[in-house]
Parts: sequence; C-alpha cells; structure tokens
Amino acid sequence: MTFLLNITPWPVLSALLWIVLIVTTLTFARPTAHKLIFATGNSLHKMFRTASLSVVKAEKDLANRNREVLLAAGREAKERIVEREFDRINETVRKDLANFSALHRSLNESINRIENDHQQAVDVPPEPPGWVKAVEAVAAIDSKDSRVGIGDVLADIHKSLIKAHKEAMVAYHEASRTRHTLLRKMRPDWRLIQQTLSQVGKNVDSLLGRSATIDRHMQEYEDMVKGEDRSISILSSSSLVYFFVSALVMCVAVGGATINFSLIARPMAEMVGGTSLVGGFRTADIAALVIILVEISMGLFLMESLRITRLFPVIGALPDKTRVRMVWITFTILFLLASVEAGLAFMREVLLHDELATSLLLRGGGEETVTNDYMWITTAAQMGMGFILPFALTFVAIPLETFVHSLRTVIGLLAIGVLRITSLLLRLLGSASRYTGVLAAQLYDLPLFIPLWWASRDSGEVVTAGSKLKKATS
Amino acid sequence: MKKITLSVICIFLASCSPPQATNSGVYMLLDTSGTYREELQKAEQIIRYSLSRLDATDSFAVARIDTGSFSEKDIVAKITFDDRPSAINRQKRVFAEQISNFVNDATSSPYTDITGGLLQAVEYLNEKGPAVKTVLIFSDLKEDLQDGYIRDIKFDLDGFDVIALNVTKLRSDNVDPREYLTRLEEWQTKVESSGGNWQVINDLEGLEGLL
Repeated sequence: MTFLLNITPWPVLSALLWIVLIVTTLTFARPTAHKLIFATGNSLHKMFRTASLSVVKAEKDLANRNREVLLAAGREAKERIVEREFDRINETVRKDLANFSALHRSLNESINRIENDHQQAVDVPPEPPGWVKAVEAVAAIDSKDSRVGIGDVLADIHKSLIKAHKEAMVAYHEASRTRHTLLRKMRPDWRLIQQTLSQVGKNVDSLLGRSATIDRHMQEYEDMVKGEDRSISILSSSSLVYFFVSALVMCVAVGGATINFSLIARPMAEMVGGTSLVGGFRTADIAALVIILVEISMGLFLMESLRITRLFPVIGALPDKTRVRMVWITFTILFLLASVEAGLAFMREVLLHDELATSLLLRGGGEETVTNDYMWITTAAQMGMGFILPFALTFVAIPLETFVHSLRTVIGLLAIGVLRITSLLLRLLGSASRYTGVLAAQLYDLPLFIPLWWASRDSGEVVTAGSKLKKATS
Repeated sequence: MKKITLSVICIFLASCSPPQATNSGVYMLLDTSGTYREELQKAEQIIRYSLSRLDATDSFAVARIDTGSFSEKDIVAKITFDDRPSAINRQKRVFAEQISNFVNDATSSPYTDITGGLLQAVEYLNEKGPAVKTVLIFSDLKEDLQDGYIRDIKFDLDGFDVIALNVTKLRSDNVDPREYLTRLEEWQTKVESSGGNWQVINDLEGLEGLL
C-alpha cells in the first residue's frame, strides 16, 4: 500500500493518479466486463432453469408413477373386495339353492296338507232325516176323512222333528269340531310357510344388499380404471391414513417384541453361554432375537397361507392342498417356539430366584430367601406371556402388509414434495444469478459515474445495466 | 460391485474374528499374621462383595499370607466362573462357603510374606490371562520375613491394579506416624516402579468403586 502511494513524492497525488488510472482502465474495459458479467449471470440462470425443468419433469414422472401405483393398489384392493363380495354371494346362493328343493318340497307338502284339510273342513249342513216324508203324508190325508187322527200325526211329526233337530245338532257339532280340529292342524303349516317365506325374503334382501355393495365398488373400480382425480385423491388420503395407523400398530408390535426379547434373552444365556460374542453382540441376545424374528416370519407365512395377507404371491398361488399343509407346518413350528418361550420364561424366573438367593447370601443373609406364596402368579404370567406373545406377533403381518403398501405411496409423495422444493429453489437460484449479474454490472458502473455522466451528456441517453439487461432478455 | 462385495467380506471377517477378552481376574491376599487375623471377618465381607461383582468367565482366588506365601498351597479357594448364570450362582455359593470355613478355622502365622504372595498372585493371574488383573492385599503391609527367605525380586506388574485394603495402623505407627506413611510409600513405589497401579482403600464402606 505504501508502495502505491509512493509513486510520487505526494501521496495524495499518487492516490489521484491511481484513481484516474483505474477509472480509465475500467471505463475502457466496461463493455467487455459487462458482457462477461451478463454472460455469466445468464449462463447461470439458464443452467439453473434447465436443472429446474429437469426436476419438474422428474416430479411429473414421479407423480404419474405414483398415480399409477396408487391406482394399481386401489384396483387390486377393490378387486379383492369385489371378489370377497362375490364369494359371499356365491356362498349364500349355494346354501339357498342347495336347500331350495327341500324348501320347495316342504312348501308343497304344507300347501297340500292345507288343501286337504280345507276340503275336509267344508261346511255341509246335516240333512234332517224323515220329517219331509211325514209332511208329505200329512198333506196327503183328506181333511174330512181323518180329521180326528191329525192331532196324533202332528204330535208324531213334532216329536220326529225335535228328534231330527237334536240329531242334526249333534251331527252339526261333531262336524264343526272336526272342522276346527282340521283348522287347528293347519296353523303350524301356515307358520312354517310364513317362516320359510320370511327366510327366503331375508336371503333375497341380503343378496340385494350385497349386489348394491358390489355395484358401489364396481362404480369406484370403474372410476379408478378411468383414472379420475377423485379416486386418486381418495386413495392418496387413504394411503396416508393406513400408513399412520399401521405405523402405530407396528410400534405397539415392536413394544411387544421388546418385552418378548427381555423375557427370553436372559435364560438364553443358559443355552448358548452368557459371554460369547458375535460381531460385538452377545450370542444369547442374538439367539433371542433370532427366535423372535423366526416367530414373526412363521407368523407371516401362516397369514400368507391363510390368505389373510398377500405379501408373497408364491404362497398365495400354491395349490390348496399344499397351502393347508403349509398352514399346519407353520402353526406347529410357531406352537413349538411358543412352548420354548414359555419354558424360557419359567427358566428366567428360576434364575432370578437363584440370583436373588445368591446375592442375599453374599450380603450376609444366610440361606434365607424371600419367599412369597403369590410368586407363582408372576411365574404363570411370565409363562403365559412367553406363550401368547409369539401368536400375538403373528398378527403383525396384517399391519406390516398395509405399512409396506402405503409406504410406497408415502415415499412417493415425500419425493414429489422434495422435488417440488428443489425445483423452486433452482428457479430462485436462476433468478438470483440473473439479477446478481445486473447488480454486479451496476456496482461496476458505480466508480465510473463521472465518465458515464460525461458520455451520456455527449450522447444524450443514459446507458444503464438495466437497459442492457432488457436488451439481453429481449 | 467389487467394492460392495469386498466390504461385505470384510464385515463378515471382522465379525468372525476372535473376540477380545473382557473378563476380570482378581487375586486377594489375606494377612493372617498376629493380631491382624482378627480382621478376617472384614475380609470375608470384601470377598462376598467381590463375588457379587464378578461375572461369567471371571477368575477369583483368595490366598493367605503366611511365613512363605509363594506357594499354591496358600491358595484358600479359587474359581473361574462358568458362562451359564445358574452355574455361576452355584459356584459363588460354594466359594462363599469355603471362605467362611477358612475364616472360622484360620490360625495366625508367625511371619508375614507379602511379597511372596504378590509374586504368587502375578503368576496366577498371568496364567489365567484376564483382560483386567487386580490384586487385593488385605493387610497392614508390615512385612516380616523369616530368616533365609529372599524377596528382593523385581516384579512385572504391567497391567495390574494393586489395591491395599484395610491398612490398619500398628501401635508403633501411632507412636511414630512416619512409619505408617513410609510403609505405604514404599509399597506404592514398589508397585508403580514395576508398572502397576497402586490404590489404598481403608474405608470399607466405600467399596462401590472396587472392581
């Protein structure tokens, strides 16, 4: 610095000389420098813009891919639901059709019985026996010849009529009783018919309800096939909900697995030793972990074999006979492992007691040990947990499947978000580069304000970086 | 791809390499000379505490200091713990019983050969080869050798922790405390010049840091 100010005996003059020299140089170099600055700014702007466009394209591709994945998953889920509904309908129809001949026969028999009974229950008035003939006989008597005997005849007729009336009434009562008996016999048949028809009505209603459900699902399925935005929106939100719910259940399952681990890790040292290490971890811990993982795997295979989950298409595609065999094999292994765990849990309790007794002895408590009559409850609870937890972990397969499927969508959404932000940042950087170039040009012009003012005074126009930028952009 | 394969092989080999020893070896010397024999009840407490602190594959030996302590015959009880928890508990109970019997039946010895006992401890622990080697000396550190016994021997205590416990003051120490301090200093110098770490614990209530 001192050297710069010492080119003349007067430092102020030296400084002025330097300023004049620099300003002159900058003024002469101004067009080239501006070109360089704008070229750099524009290059950076184009570069960032191109990068941003690439990212936008990648985002669109990913969104399309995500959309396809969502639709495929939705279609698959709908197909499963519709398939299940058809299975149910098939089951209902099969059951009802299988019983239909018996039902028809039963109805026919009931109707025939009712018809017969009805025929028999027809009301036929009893015929008054004899008195009509007596009336005819009375009518045939001459009034002159037999006037004396008419009173007797009429008395006989009266008697006959009373007798006939009594007989007729008895017969009528007998016939009425028979009819009532027959009508009473009809009641169960009416009820049977009513119940049968009611059952048929329920089945028909169930079928109608299921067909309505299928219609709704089919409508949604068609929307998915068409790729409508509403379907995408529903599927996307459903995926997020499934993701969080399954993640929550998985966390619970992890807690269960941790408890399971603590139940068997300690007694496992009795089997594989407590000090040997594999890769820096205790072999006993690794063995316990392996047992739990094998249990979870068996649970997965069991669920796959039962066709509750569909993580492994190979298992789902197995013939039914092989699949059932696989169910039994996996269940047997799971049962054995659960039994082993129950045994280990018992061993853990025994070890704890042993250790307690030893530490008591070492503390100077002699051979006395803390005994509690209710300790068996703890032991039984531990054994129960050791036995039940492996089976409980089996059901992890269901949230795991949901988690895996929804994870794909969630990762896709996150990636889209990241790409969108990246694109925005790149665009911002592009714009910033461009305007940084303008700013740099303005800053370049700042020390040259005198020559520039002079030049503008001569030419009559103000040449600014902004106008140059407009030219460049146009 | 080659790099990935190489990395996997390296990780696999690293996990298969023989594990480094992490076990401990403890050798405890009990002074049975003169009136110090009466302190053996305290020693039993320390032994029980040590047993509670030791775990699978650790080694523990208790030996008496008598006229000539550089002998296996002076080892009262020794054990290397199994790696199964149930066996360890059983071993600890048996060991505690052996020590209890020794404390009840121990007789006073006329002389005190601490150096011989220390040599025996070094030999025992070097043979066992644990990762952490600790020698506990339960004594007043007043060595009293019988004529003819040569104990002017250089130790190799590299990697050893030597802890003096319950270093009681003798009647002469009370008269002239310099004797006590000099005695402690001499032992410290002897241990540290041989490469070992020296520590004194007289307050037996504060054994938490031990082992």
